[in-house]
Amino acid sequence: MSELTLTVMRLGFLAVLWLFVIVAVQVIRSDLFGTRVTQRGSRRGGSGDTRTQQARQGAAPPHQRQQQQQGAGRQRRGSPTKLVVSEGTLTGTTVALHGQTITLGRAHDSTIVLDDDYASSRHARIYPDRDGQWIVEDLGSTNGTYLDRTRLTTPIPIPLGAPIRIGKTVIELRK
Amino acid sequence: MSISNTTTIGAIDAPSRRNTELLLLVFAVAIAVFAYLNVGLALDGKVPSGVLGYALGLAALAGVAHLVVRKFARYADPLLLPLATLLNGIGLVFIWRLDQSQRLIHLAKISYGHFTPSAPKQMLYSAIGVALFVAVLLLLKDHRVLQRYTYVSMFVALVLLIAPVFFPAQFGARIWIRIPGFGSLQPGEFAKIIIAIFFSGYLMVKRDALALASRRFMGIYLPRGRDLGPILVIWALSILILVFETDLGTSLLFFGLFVVMLYVATERTSWIVFGLLMSAVGAVGVATFEPHVQARVTAWLDPFGCYKTSGSCQQIGDALMSFGSGGTLGTGLGQGNSDLIGFAANADFILSTVGEELGLAGTMAILLCYGLIVERGIRTALAARDPFGKLLAVGLSSGFAIQVFVVAGGVMGLIPLTGMTLPFMAYGGSSVLANWALIGILIRISDTARRPAPAPAPSPDAEMTQVVRP
Repeated sequence: MSELTLTVMRLGFLAVLWLFVIVAVQVIRSDLFGTRVTQRGSRRGGSGDTRTQQARQGAAPPHQRQQQQQGAGRQRRGSPTKLVVSEGTLTGTTVALHGQTITLGRAHDSTIVLDDDYASSRHARIYPDRDGQWIVEDLGSTNGTYLDRTRLTTPIPIPLGAPIRIGKTVIELRK
Repeated sequence: MSISNTTTIGAIDAPSRRNTELLLLVFAVAIAVFAYLNVGLALDGKVPSGVLGYALGLAALAGVAHLVVRKFARYADPLLLPLATLLNGIGLVFIWRLDQSQRLIHLAKISYGHFTPSAPKQMLYSAIGVALFVAVLLLLKDHRVLQRYTYVSMFVALVLLIAPVFFPAQFGARIWIRIPGFGSLQPGEFAKIIIAIFFSGYLMVKRDALALASRRFMGIYLPRGRDLGPILVIWALSILILVFETDLGTSLLFFGLFVVMLYVATERTSWIVFGLLMSAVGAVGVATFEPHVQARVTAWLDPFGCYKTSGSCQQIGDALMSFGSGGTLGTGLGQGNSDLIGFAANADFILSTVGEELGLAGTMAILLCYGLIVERGIRTALAARDPFGKLLAVGLSSGFAIQVFVVAGGVMGLIPLTGMTLPFMAYGGSSVLANWALIGILIRISDTARRPAPAPAPSPDAEMTQVVRP
């Protein structure tokens, strides 16, 4: 093999190796310039891309309207299959519902460990009753658990999609 | 990084980016095959006969891993898999290149009476490693499950760390478990992952006590005496490993990992100060009476002073000279003389072959690939929502980083040489297996972290809203 070919291959290999590194860095560029930072507590207050924010806003109707209708709220048929955290630091966390009791609180052995200043260590639990209806019960928390705007005093069935509020965290049951 | 964060950071449109990953994987396999061709052409002047088998084998491994990620971890980070594949592929080429060296064949025949090429075995280990990666992705549906095994993993890790004491020392360190008929295993590599699981589970529970209960003294927060307990226990354990197993690497990795995770969990700089002080005291203390460690330190301080008298001095000296003869652009693949290092040239010292044949430019690129893996791990930790996942991702990636630092620093003469393997590149089954499993867990966490929040459910009240006119 001639000396020239080997030199070209040697430099070519280094070039290709660096090209790979540069391409890899280009791939993660989106992390630096395309992030959306959401402040805890103010869900709409993020300083990110306004278009996506509006799109999200459009998709999620304001909660006030929902609350006015709460009294006459009609419950959807069908049982929920998952529990979704829709607001707070854990936004996006989902837990599949398989008939197990779900505990919520700051205690580390909770099913959903809340990192929320307003949550108690054993805040609330969500469990199915004999008919498979999911029930939420407040476990004597300091700041209370809210189903829509009403503070829970007794165990109460959860309508599908109704927001359960614990501090700044909002949890919903979805199909 | 704070784990009690007040902000959530996420990509604007979290696309799955699987196609990016596929393209990068193709690129990575192509680079490795190019390296293989280059070595063959430089050594024999013709295309090596095994190139097709090598290319197909590596592509098959990468393809299987990619398909499993596409199916079971759709939103995972697109860079981790291609980077690991590239490093593993290039590592295989270097091991194969050192197999071709007449010097090493001769040396093996003198020492063991026969010579078996390492590259086919390493290819097999890589295949088992990718199988383990696939198994992790299939079996570990949610990394939070690991939290349940906090104390079980502490026990398992201790067993793995202590077990080698009962086996005979090889090459001056007791880090192997010998299983008759199967081969030997380096449990420290697996302990790295398991100990990270224990630390994250433990610190997640205790971090409030460790972070908040402290007194302020001279600008830094001093922890209370009783909170010093765990760090003292870990410190004592790592000293014991150093004394009884004479294994500097595992000891450093074990203690360093704990200090990093303590710092991340509590945001207290004082832990780093304590950690550095304690490891300095421990290292100096052990080095004064342990001859094996002493020899390593002497070899580090003046490798050419004892070059003719001590084997480890000669190894370090040869490694330094191979880096030197590589220069900026290297001698070219297959054209270096790093095989002069002899023993462990394709294991602990593989970086010196990289340094000689690819030069400073190539070594930097390889180290950047390691850096990018670590960066993706830390990034995963930032994006993870649960504190356990955050700590685990930080722990795994900093363990990986410490390992690369310890071995690369040792070979380059920055710190005393320790018996650790360069992840993915060095020859050794345990290392490849453990690091593929580590990448699997990181991919699982990053899949959970990058998964976009489910779209808000349509409100059940939406259709009921109507305008009521009098």
